[in-house]
Amino acid sequence: MKKVAIIGAGPAGIEAASILARSGVEVTLFEKSETPLKNLQDKAFLFPNFQAAQEIIDDLSGKLLVDGITLVSGVEISELKWQGTEWKLTDSKAQTYVTDAVLIATGYQVFDAHRKEELGYGIYKGVITSLDMEQMIKHGKILNANGDEPKRVTFLQCVGSRDEKSGNHYCSKICCVTAVKQAIEVRKQLPKCEASVFYMDLRMWGQGFEEMYRTAQEKYGVSFVRGRISEAAGTFDGRVQLKSEDTLMGLPLKMTTDLLVLMVGMEASCGTKSLGKACDISGDYGFIRTVNPHLYDNETGKPGLFAAGTCKRPMSVSDSINDARSAALAIKDYLDTI
Amino acid sequence: MIEFGFALKQTRQENMDKVSLDKYNRLLDLEPSFKRCFQCGNCSATCSARQFTDFSIRRVHTSFRRGEYDGLADELRKCMLCGKCTLVCPRGVNLRSLIISMRQILDEPEKTGRR
Repeated sequence: MKKVAIIGAGPAGIEAASILARSGVEVTLFEKSETPLKNLQDKAFLFPNFQAAQEIIDDLSGKLLVDGITLVSGVEISELKWQGTEWKLTDSKAQTYVTDAVLIATGYQVFDAHRKEELGYGIYKGVITSLDMEQMIKHGKILNANGDEPKRVTFLQCVGSRDEKSGNHYCSKICCVTAVKQAIEVRKQLPKCEASVFYMDLRMWGQGFEEMYRTAQEKYGVSFVRGRISEAAGTFDGRVQLKSEDTLMGLPLKMTTDLLVLMVGMEASCGTKSLGKACDISGDYGFIRTVNPHLYDNETGKPGLFAAGTCKRPMSVSDSINDARSAALAIKDYLDTI
Repeated sequence: MIEFGFALKQTRQENMDKVSLDKYNRLLDLEPSFKRCFQCGNCSATCSARQFTDFSIRRVHTSFRRGEYDGLADELRKCMLCGKCTLVCPRGVNLRSLIISMRQILDEPEKTGRR
């Protein structure tokens, strides 16, 4: 029986594991957290259809129960070595595994908003990240710094993305539509609360995204301001005052808001960075480099070593799952040749 | 007293067929980082002079980019070169140097007499 190790039990890792296991491959799935799907558990709803993240979690968790998958959680892979015909993995508990192929699905982590000090995250309570907002939406408790219902919520795009000062030139791709989704949620849960989005460009690249943007304008009255917030400061009453240029009016703008939501981008996770480095497949910004983005986007150029999902670049949940399916196919093709 | 009568109005269009981008191109030579500007307006948003005057560094460098140089030399005197714009620019444009370069170019004597 052929053996495959999959590192990372997120949507990509689990999807690939279930496909490979169902086709008769013995899969060992490694996860550094105690439970799989850690990032997805932080989400309330997924764009563009507002499907509850829990439904995706339930579906993927079901796929884990397939015969042939062994989940090893709470460990990190500390060493990954090609031994001529097979891969040898060593985990953080010094346990070793030998497999025919390895799929890296180590995913992303969000940008640490503390790094943009001028935006006041960690300094003023009213400044939160999109992840914090997602939690508030999930629990139906959107509250300002004083624990009251906010009267105004403001979203700021491109925090840690498209920003030379953070060292990230790339666009994180999912934040535009996430802000629109969250603004709609705010208006749904708190109809009296204003919601505004500060943007440089709104990139509605996926099916149904532009329609969401229209719905946000037409049905939920979300306002959109073309400008980038340069500074945020706390006010005496626990609110946040922000400064921006309204580039369409050509005027400076100031605004006081109860919550400033920083739309933090996606970066390669620590595991992605370290495995990429160790296997010499680390590409731009620490994401995994593949052989060819059009033709061989799961192959790393190393024998039997594959990559799927957000360890390669920012991706939505649905794109990660699709990418994992193509990775599973590439791995099966490879296993047939050995 | 208001004088009534007819007057010829100049068109307000930006005529991209007639403008000369010589000075703009010279600016790019002096400060190549300006090529990266994507018009987010962060420079003006944080500008100290902007808060109290109508000085807009974004408008000034956009005018330059469009080959429209009239009045810019006077505008640029409002800048105190504090450099906050340089600190916040997400595209890493060296705005302080850009402003000094714009001043320098606008102060250069015209070579041909006509622009």
